[in-house]
Amino acid sequence: MAVLVIAQHANAALAPASLATITCALEIGAKGGGEVTVVVAGRDCRAAADEAAALDGVAKVLISDHGMYENASAEALAALIEPLAVDYGHILYPATTYGKNAAPRLAALVDSQQVSDIQAVIDAETFVRPIYAGNALATVRSKDAVKVITVRATAFEKAAPGGTPARVEDLAPAAADGLSRFVGAEHSASARPELTSARVVISGGRGMQSGDNFALLEEIADQLGAAVGASRAAVDAGFVPNDFQVGQTGKIVAPELYIAVGISGAIQHLAGMKDSKVIVAINKDEDAPIFQVADYGIVGDLFEVLPQLKAALAAAKQG
Amino acid sequence: MKILVAVKRVIDANIKVRVRHDGSGVETANVKMAMNPFCEIAVEEAVRMAEEGIADEVVLVSAGPGPAKETLRTGLAMGADRAIHIVTEETLEPLAVAKLLAAVAAREDPGMILLGKQAIDDDCNQTGQMLAALLGWSQGTFASKITIDGDTITVTREVDDGLETVALTRPAVVTTDLRLNEPRYATLPNIMKAKKKSIDPLTPDELGVDITPRLEVLRVTDPPAREAGIKLDTAAELVDKLVNEAGVL
Ligand SMILES: Cc1cc2nc3c(=O)[nH]c(=O)nc-3n(C[C@H](O)[C@H](O)[C@H](O)COP(=O)(O)OP(=O)(O)OC[C@H]3O[C@@H](n4cnc5c(N)ncnc54)[C@H](O)[C@@H]3O)c2cc1C
Ligand SMILES: Nc1ncnc2c1ncn2[C@@H]1O[C@H](COP(=O)(O)O)[C@@H](O)[C@H]1O
Repeated sequence: MAVLVIAQHANAALAPASLATITCALEIGAKGGGEVTVVVAGRDCRAAADEAAALDGVAKVLISDHGMYENASAEALAALIEPLAVDYGHILYPATTYGKNAAPRLAALVDSQQVSDIQAVIDAETFVRPIYAGNALATVRSKDAVKVITVRATAFEKAAPGGTPARVEDLAPAAADGLSRFVGAEHSASARPELTSARVVISGGRGMQSGDNFALLEEIADQLGAAVGASRAAVDAGFVPNDFQVGQTGKIVAPELYIAVGISGAIQHLAGMKDSKVIVAINKDEDAPIFQVADYGIVGDLFEVLPQLKAALAAAKQG
Repeated sequence: MKILVAVKRVIDANIKVRVRHDGSGVETANVKMAMNPFCEIAVEEAVRMAEEGIADEVVLVSAGPGPAKETLRTGLAMGADRAIHIVTEETLEPLAVAKLLAAVAAREDPGMILLGKQAIDDDCNQTGQMLAALLGWSQGTFASKITIDGDTITVTREVDDGLETVALTRPAVVTTDLRLNEPRYATLPNIMKAKKKSIDPLTPDELGVDITPRLEVLRVTDPPAREAGIKLDTAAELVDKLVNEAGVL
């Protein structure tokens, strides 16, 4: 058998989560899963396919370059992948909104009980995944003929180029079903690094009081080359867009440094950031649960602490 | 249009779960249970559609042991019309639930099925997408806005890089995200009224669905613990620690 990875990409490049998923696939491959094939489906996505082919360990790339796959429709993608499934023991997607939307549709078509959001590979059938907002870890074994899996990107290194480039073969598009139609997207444009792959993340919560006050975080983010995140409360209050949300039901991040500002540290928030290497909390309530996971904490009013932090960072830089 | 809403009974979101010492799972005895929050949002959306005259009937479905009835009662008190309880003591995986819901859909012929995007116990985020596949319907996942215009269901979706809008042809499956609405609390008169609404029992056998679990749970363990660190007095001290002790700046 072999391992198939369905790659998320932005045509010109693979998504960072796809690189982590490919590393996971190679690990499954080495533990008996067989060689790794990557599917790149999209429109004008040749560059992403070539990038996948150049990754160390990838045996083959299948490209399906067609307008139907331009907007990552789960319906179209499942129809494309289903006929391939007989040749693969594992089919992997990144556990991003792209993969979460697409993978279960395929899993049902091939009668497989998907394993979501795996963070470790024990052997080719056994995987570790978080449940209950990461308050418990389940080790599960799948005997399904085709194991459909989504992969937690923060748990695996990104695959890197190396070796002889793999061959890139064309994959004929499947028939269109016309079930859904893409209408449009509002992408939040930002010059800052992407939240899930940033080295440093600074997040604000309800304590920020308004969207305007997020400027205090943005200034520090710019000093640190950091991404800006938020708690659910800050998103629900309309301070920042939905894609800033870190947590059980938002994005999972694990940067070198995570700075939580005016965030209490509810389990649902911790689920999205507690694997960060170093955690800093700034909160005026010394009993806030966030301090139980923070390596460094400052108990104080964020409106006083943030300007001081900005000055201290500037001073350190001049230092 | 009839709307079917799938609701799951889960450990209340405010409870910190405890892993059982023997590694067999998490402690569920004497733990507060509630409707999965994403399912509450789904019920709320369906009830609003009924209030606006878009839906003519809202039918709840829950699969699980006896007490799932209480969760259905909660949804009926929010304003749903009637409920179906698929009674089973077996562990249910998303694929099995999707098959059960597909069988119910075949009997009920709804124009739309609403589910939560994720159950906060298994954190699978699978059932709605699987159900759409089994029925051969389109899917609108992680909805923050749903509008209905004739045979078209337009769904705004919360995705990793912002928002995306898709138009689905009815019938379709839609899963709810947090920003879709704020669920109401049931009022006392509505709780009383809900007692008279019907909850029809069904079994997986009657629906012709094999629900045997596919995954074997070998063990459930605590995640690695994180130690609380130190409190600092000033931002200057913090920067010094980040540079010289943690080495992350
Ligand atoms: C189904 C479900 C899913 C959820 N998913 C997520 C998720 O993915 N991500 C997530 O984050 N949450 C999620 N939540 C919500 C979570 O339970 C909490 O409600 C939320 O994280 C709280 O956000 P917060 O810490 O910003 O707000 P609060 O809990 O209100 O905390 C605000 C903090 O700011 C501090 N503060 C206030 N003013 C100041 C000041 N001037 N200076 C310093 N500190 C100040 C306060 O002391 C307090 O600790 C979810 C909940 C449910 C039920
Ligand atoms: N046992 C169940 N009974 C009814 N609906 C369910 C059940 N399990 C899951 N669902 C539905 O599927 C959604 C997603 O669950 P999951 O795929 O397990 O994360 C939930 O929010 C419910 O709407």
